[in-house]
Amino acid sequence: MFGSSSTPSGQRTLIRRHSLTVRLSHWLNVLAMTVLLFSGLQIFNAHPSLYWGQYGADDDPAVLSLQAVDNDGALKGVTRIGSLSLDTTGVLGVSTVDGEPTVRGFPAWITLPSYQDLATGRRWHFFFAWAFVLNGLVYLAYGLVSRHFRRDLLPTRAELAPSHLGHEIADHARLRFPTGEKARHYNALQKLTYLAVIFLMLPGMILTGLTMSPGFNAFAPWLLDLFGGRQSARTLHFLFATSLVAFVLVHIAMVLASGVVNNMRSMITGRYAIRTEPSPASASIASEIAP
Amino acid sequence: MTSLLTRRRFLIGSTLTASALGLTGCDGLAEDGNVQSVIRMAERLTMGTQRFLIGDTALAREFRAEDLSPTFRANGSTMPDGAEYQALLAGGFAQWQLKIGGLVEHPASLSLAALKAMPARTQITRHDCVEGWSAIGQWTGVPLGAVLKAAGLKKEARYIVFHCADEYEKTLDGSGWYYESIDLVDAFHPQTILAYAMNGRDLEVPHGAPLRLRVERQLGYKQAKYLMRIEAVADLKTFYGGNGGFWEDRGYEWYAGI
Repeated sequence: MFGSSSTPSGQRTLIRRHSLTVRLSHWLNVLAMTVLLFSGLQIFNAHPSLYWGQYGADDDPAVLSLQAVDNDGALKGVTRIGSLSLDTTGVLGVSTVDGEPTVRGFPAWITLPSYQDLATGRRWHFFFAWAFVLNGLVYLAYGLVSRHFRRDLLPTRAELAPSHLGHEIADHARLRFPTGEKARHYNALQKLTYLAVIFLMLPGMILTGLTMSPGFNAFAPWLLDLFGGRQSARTLHFLFATSLVAFVLVHIAMVLASGVVNNMRSMITGRYAIRTEPSPASASIASEIAP
Repeated sequence: MTSLLTRRRFLIGSTLTASALGLTGCDGLAEDGNVQSVIRMAERLTMGTQRFLIGDTALAREFRAEDLSPTFRANGSTMPDGAEYQALLAGGFAQWQLKIGGLVEHPASLSLAALKAMPARTQITRHDCVEGWSAIGQWTGVPLGAVLKAAGLKKEARYIVFHCADEYEKTLDGSGWYYESIDLVDAFHPQTILAYAMNGRDLEVPHGAPLRLRVERQLGYKQAKYLMRIEAVADLKTFYGGNGGFWEDRGYEWYAGI
């Protein structure tokens, strides 16, 4: 507890929510994952098709592809998912570069660099992949040693009960967030989501990435069997990235909806404000301090 | 200050679209020399880590005949247009000879028939283009290690450079000729072969006839096609851009294991 002040609706207490290691690794991760996403889309653009299996190239059936087709002299962007075909001109397949419709998987504003440059995209991707992995290892070691995972992220048996989870989902849908003592800890939905991101999606991202490396294949060929081949791993890498983007969008929406200043302060300074109902003892102290 | 900013904004705005403007900061960083030299350090870390984990002799996965790609995409040059290559092709490569030189005790010239008479290795492996696609093919050829042993590497030799018959990018100074290089770890790896056959037939022109390199633990651009000359060297700095390969001189990693 860092401090408190009383208000008409109860006592405002600043609790210590995030440790320095968690805060540093969080913001390093924001940087690394942002660069990884934008440089990853640059790499994807070099061959904007995804396949399933050990091999896959132009003549093989794609599960997803961003294409450009000639539509009576005008370029049309087409996104194909399986047998489904969507007109995505302007965003996917064909987008504007220097005022001209240009054949491009993802548009310039979401790739690093903005222009087509696979070599640079790869170099940035692998540099920040190292930053991401080393940062993740430090975080994992800290989480285990400090009991951060067990104390803060492991749901209790009661929290996992279907009735409790159903209640939380209903509350979240109405944007009603825990207050008071309940806000001291993550709720069950937060715990489960963060556990899925930390122990499923991010490792999945790294392992599918490594499965695309011909060098790493010689070290760990079992990864090819785990993911069903290099091209399957490439497709899964894309799907994991898509699900992480979805997570981040929901994460940001929740941060905004549940008090942006309080949330941002807690991830920067570590301190998070909660309102507690004044107990008789603390109420008398509070009234002495702030009459 | 204000007018300077405005003028600069005007200049940028007149050459770039609004969508590109948002990322010019990132593009500027990507083009900055100091930033580039930091970013490029990842390659050494990757190579050191991979070499440590993989070891020198671990094999790339080999596949079965039923795993072969129905179509193996030909990439890069598909028909070298130089007069020398065209003449060799017209003669069915009967006049073609692979020259082996540089830091070797016994420089040699080997005909296609001489290479085919040597003990061969056949392997079905996956070819991974740096762009992201893969194709599985069967390759037959002479282990590079055997050729180098016969030539006798001098002690100073550190790299093997492969000179090719295709000028992939036409330039005034001739820096567009395709070439590649590998170190001795990969040169003596059991799956590193000089392939003269693909999928059971003589190598076709789009795939590098009459001879191409296979380095199975690295990406496609290391698999140099249309081999003419092999040179053992101590240093890569003296060739073209000095980075050890055509694509390496254009920004790509020399270690293409990832």
